[in-house]
Amino acid sequence: MSKPSLLVTAGLLIIAAILASAPMWAGRGDLRLIGEIMSYMALAVLWNLLAGYAGLVSVGQQAFVGLGGYTLFICVIWFDMTPLAAVPLAAVTAGLAGTIFAPLLFRLEGAYFAVGTWVAAETVALIFAAIPSLGAGAGMSLPAAAVKGIAASRDMREWVIYWLVLALGLGVLAGTYALVRSKAGLALMALRDNATAAGSVGIDIWWTRFWAYIGVAAATGLVGAVVFLQKLRISPDAGFSLNDWTAIVIFIVVIGGIGRLEGAVIGTLIYFLLRELLIDFGAVYLIVLGVVGIVVMVFSRGGVWGLVETRLGWSLLPTRRRRD
Amino acid sequence: MSIVEAIVQGMLLGGLYALFAAGLSLVFGVMRLVNIAHGDFIVLGAYIAFMVVSLTGLHPFAALLIVIPLMALLGYVLQRLVLERTLGEDILPPILVTFGFAVIIQNTLLEVFSTDAQRLSAGSIETASIPVAGMSVGVLPLLTFGIAVLLIAGLEYVFFRSRIGRAFRATSDDAETARTMGVDTRHVFALAMALSFAVMAVAAVLLAARSNFDPFAGPARLIYGFEAVIIGGLGNLWGTLAGGVVLGIAQTLGAQISPSFQILAGHLVFFLVLALRPRGLFPRMD
Repeated sequence: MSKPSLLVTAGLLIIAAILASAPMWAGRGDLRLIGEIMSYMALAVLWNLLAGYAGLVSVGQQAFVGLGGYTLFICVIWFDMTPLAAVPLAAVTAGLAGTIFAPLLFRLEGAYFAVGTWVAAETVALIFAAIPSLGAGAGMSLPAAAVKGIAASRDMREWVIYWLVLALGLGVLAGTYALVRSKAGLALMALRDNATAAGSVGIDIWWTRFWAYIGVAAATGLVGAVVFLQKLRISPDAGFSLNDWTAIVIFIVVIGGIGRLEGAVIGTLIYFLLRELLIDFGAVYLIVLGVVGIVVMVFSRGGVWGLVETRLGWSLLPTRRRRD
Repeated sequence: MSIVEAIVQGMLLGGLYALFAAGLSLVFGVMRLVNIAHGDFIVLGAYIAFMVVSLTGLHPFAALLIVIPLMALLGYVLQRLVLERTLGEDILPPILVTFGFAVIIQNTLLEVFSTDAQRLSAGSIETASIPVAGMSVGVLPLLTFGIAVLLIAGLEYVFFRSRIGRAFRATSDDAETARTMGVDTRHVFALAMALSFAVMAVAAVLLAARSNFDPFAGPARLIYGFEAVIIGGLGNLWGTLAGGVVLGIAQTLGAQISPSFQILAGHLVFFLVLALRPRGLFPRMD
């Protein structure tokens, strides 16, 4: 199988090292921005794995972001756990919720599956909004004592959380790359290219999709826990926001290039660039995102990275298999 | 409110949900496209009606004479310019393009009309009610239900008895063969979309006369319509009406338990049907 060139590998390691040392050279605001970029990159890579590889277009990933966030807050407030110990549990609850939804939602075909995931997310959001001890619609805050337990000084706390987001973002990217190159990844790519043919050569479509859905749900829950650990506050509207956790992520992947790992990364960078440029225009930037997304889908389905690939022949993170 | 009264109100509410669902079903039946922006186009229709009423002073129902053709034209043009390019083997483009439209419509309405909730004033009919078996039943919900029944009967007639319906069915079964037989399939698809938008216009005005709407009211309409389709069974418009009624009753009964349980009860019934009768309560006989 083709491997990333030495140059690319070295470049990625250097970038990772520079990002890890950011607390030494970046200000508080920059650190927060990099953290946000990392969490969106993780969400984009994960959504891309579902839609671009497993053929499962979900518009309900906010269910798992919100669940992850709420799991953190519940563990800390109800069970006196430290926030860092509670983060991994977010993967468990989100994975469990995915396990409940998958068998039901998989009965819906294609686009109806997409709307079904939306209903699932709405259902979870309504349940959380109806629980008074979780602050109902108003939500709740992480207690100050628990926050101080992460690290004594405010700087150190922000650094710890930053490294956590960074590790999660890079970990999701590396993990997904390894998965796509593995045997399971081969099955996923076969599914993406032609589900019927994949089935006829012995790939179990249902179970392959099931594990992809559960794995992505669990990892999305982790991202949710870390995102709301940064925010220190959660409410049903923020945790289960369709715009924040799914719509933007979809546009990132579509613009960057669906079904390509590099696409999710490039798309994230383009999104943050656009957002910084259009930040003063309010809702206009979502309109621009929508228009760009539609233009890409109609005229150039491979997105920005698809163009790069076909025009320049580049592939930073190759997943193709060659016969030697 | 008594349980019986709640059930009657839920049933009538189901008529509105069936109207949300009918346009969705129609387009899916003809071209296997699920319009994720369906609810947002309904809300757009409500705003168009709102503007027509403000400009002309017409009664909302009379304004339909302008809103229906406008919406149908929008549907036709949208199909020819954008949506037909997304049809094909790949399921991603239609979902993502219509999702893009949803975001664009919501945020454009937000920029133009702000988040203030609007409402169409339909005059005395809004509060009028008639006594039926000791209950008082609202005239507007009753009218909505009647219109839903008539529209579904009309759509069934168009689909199974008319010339254009034959083209719809032929194109739906095998677009390639239909094309070789001289059917202009792209025109047929666009007509189906126009018809779907015309139904949306009716749903929009009835929705706007009965409750407030704002730029973000669309997704919930899509979801109710979708739930009605799945509960009733794919490919069966009368089933969709039944699905809407089941959903409406679930919601009004849920609201009896607690207001926060209203929408949730509908979702739970949807998942229950998906678990026990994945093909819906009234699947089409093939």
